[in-house]
Amino acid sequence: MDLDALASCLTSPACLVTQTTSGLIIGMLLFLVAVGLTLIFGVLKVVNFSHGAFYMFGAYFAMTAYQLTGSFALAILSGAVGTALLGLIFERAFMSRVYGRDVLMQLLVCYAFVLIFDDVVRMIWGPEFRSMGMPAAFQVPPLFIAGGVVPPYYLLLIGVALVAAVVLGLGLARSRIGKVIRAAAHNPGMVSALGINTGLIYGGVFALGGMLAGLAGALAAPVRSLTPGMGFSVLIESFIVTVIGGMGSILGALIGALLIGLIRSFGSLGFPLFTEGLMYLFMVIVLVSRPTGLFGKEVA
Amino acid sequence: MTRTRKPGVSRRSTLALMGAGAVSFAAPWVARAQAKTIKIGMPTILSGRVAQLGTSSRNAVMLEVEKVNAAGGLAGRQIEMVIRDSKGQPQEAARIARELVNTDGCEMLLDGEASSGSFAVHEVARDLGVLCIHTCSEASSLTADPKQHIPNAFRCVRQGIHDSIVGAGYAAGIAKAKGLKKWATCSPDYAYGRDTTGEFVLYLKKFAPDVEIISESWPKLFQPDYTEVVTKILQAKPQALYSCLWGGDLTSYIDQANIYAMFTQMEVFAVNMADYTALTVVKNLPKGIHSGDRYIKTFPPTPENAAWGDAYKAKYNEYPTNWSWQNATAVMFLNEAVKKANSTDGKKVAEALTGLTIKCPFGADGTVTMRADDHTLVGYAIGWGTTIPQEPYVPDVKAGDWKTIFELEAEWKKSKGYT
Repeated sequence: MDLDALASCLTSPACLVTQTTSGLIIGMLLFLVAVGLTLIFGVLKVVNFSHGAFYMFGAYFAMTAYQLTGSFALAILSGAVGTALLGLIFERAFMSRVYGRDVLMQLLVCYAFVLIFDDVVRMIWGPEFRSMGMPAAFQVPPLFIAGGVVPPYYLLLIGVALVAAVVLGLGLARSRIGKVIRAAAHNPGMVSALGINTGLIYGGVFALGGMLAGLAGALAAPVRSLTPGMGFSVLIESFIVTVIGGMGSILGALIGALLIGLIRSFGSLGFPLFTEGLMYLFMVIVLVSRPTGLFGKEVA
Repeated sequence: MTRTRKPGVSRRSTLALMGAGAVSFAAPWVARAQAKTIKIGMPTILSGRVAQLGTSSRNAVMLEVEKVNAAGGLAGRQIEMVIRDSKGQPQEAARIARELVNTDGCEMLLDGEASSGSFAVHEVARDLGVLCIHTCSEASSLTADPKQHIPNAFRCVRQGIHDSIVGAGYAAGIAKAKGLKKWATCSPDYAYGRDTTGEFVLYLKKFAPDVEIISESWPKLFQPDYTEVVTKILQAKPQALYSCLWGGDLTSYIDQANIYAMFTQMEVFAVNMADYTALTVVKNLPKGIHSGDRYIKTFPPTPENAAWGDAYKAKYNEYPTNWSWQNATAVMFLNEAVKKANSTDGKKVAEALTGLTIKCPFGADGTVTMRADDHTLVGYAIGWGTTIPQEPYVPDVKAGDWKTIFELEAEWKKSKGYT
């Protein structure tokens, strides 16, 4: 425990800027993965344990596209669109067959695909770790804001994640398709009776969830080593975020992810040997005081 | 004119009988020829995040085994490697090691496991009495601690304590020259990370008493994001940083630290950087990172080492790793020990291995020795230098001095109660 370091940071503008930005970066990446997870659970009522694989595929798709084209924009696009397509195929071919089944069955199917997807990545890209490298445009010195250090790439990452959050939130709240999705989440039978193709909605939502995880993977690719199985640790943290925020709540995923990011960032100064523990401790405190999470709703 | 068949035994039947007779006479010879094959078992990590190192171990072993077999084998017996994936799990490594000996009939073990698995395989070797050469574990206690010692086990691997003595000596020289007094450490939170960092700091302070450790970070093994660690180190404002992160963890760390311009703000000493696994993967390798040599074909700067690195690349289309040279050396030792013993009997080979010095491309003076008193490898090339972003990656490696290593290692062993 190093409370002096934490106290000193909290009184230093430079440190506050650096650590807050660091927390936002961790949080926004987690949000992109967790929001897909929570969206799929909210609408499809499936705990998609294979969700981390889409993060992994997003990173690999981005790396490959970047190697082939040298375009960072295309790399990000490939990560997002590629995983959306993969999500759609996966949902139609496999997940749609376990809707309404026992949760254990759903988890087993998802876990089987975690292993299968890891092996697929191993076969295509090899077992060794890979690195995409930072695009030249971002190989620039960091910005110094109030003395704090902020890398330009991370500003882009935070910006993209924020835009995704706003578009998703507004889209679900205000657009017609958003209303249909919410209606399908609330009462799929009624939506189906109205002549709306629920299969299409489910496939679309799963693809959207996969796309968000893939986007996170693509954005992380320049700064993280790529390896088969890389989605697993992200998945665990995303579950924590989802549980803290409340399963099915997009706002909850955002707040949960930011809280986890900030806990990790400032916790590493004050509790260097307990940073991971802080995250779990926070989850326990939230669940004990509010079992449905911060923004979750009671299931009748 | 027509030919008529004579009554009695035909020529075809006679030939068939002769053939059958020959086969039955030859059967024991065939069986004996098969028995001439010597099976060597190798549990190693062929899947998961360390798979690349396990694969490079297997590659190096096969490269050397082919040479030995082409030259007639071990005392006339062709080597058959039986290599299994332990998935990096100690219990699986132990199970496989036992199965390789008991079921597959392997007469020797090359233990291609990381530190966690090697202790488990060591116990199997103790139990079965089979000759075992550890080829990847750097944990010093595996052979330095007398409680671990068994006559049939050897370790053909660089050692954490050797690396720390040489690294700290090199770092202390730079610390004194540049006035680097405030240091931070960032190493993985498991036995190797903690032990190696502790030993490095111990000797750094011994060689440069002014040095002070002002920040420690212990990210967990295979942590995907180091942002919080990078910013924590930046807040501490050290003048130098030591890290024994390795593989994908090290490359992630470098990628993430790079965009915070960390390498322009402090001197970085990353012991595991100078290995092709990391050097060739990091896309924007910073210039001037200090690193211990792991495997690079330019150190030791000999034609033999360069030729070995090139031969490996020609066969496998990639450069070898630190685990590669260690595994290759183990096969070289086996070959020479069998020649010396004129036998493949495990006990006789173990006796021959003890204290054996062989010619080797990876030796500091062209030879390496399997030290008699603790069955561990000494005399291998060990040194530190600074990186550049293209080949040869670490152009100037300053070689460590084995006389100093021996002296300080002896003191260290005494302080640990090993002698």
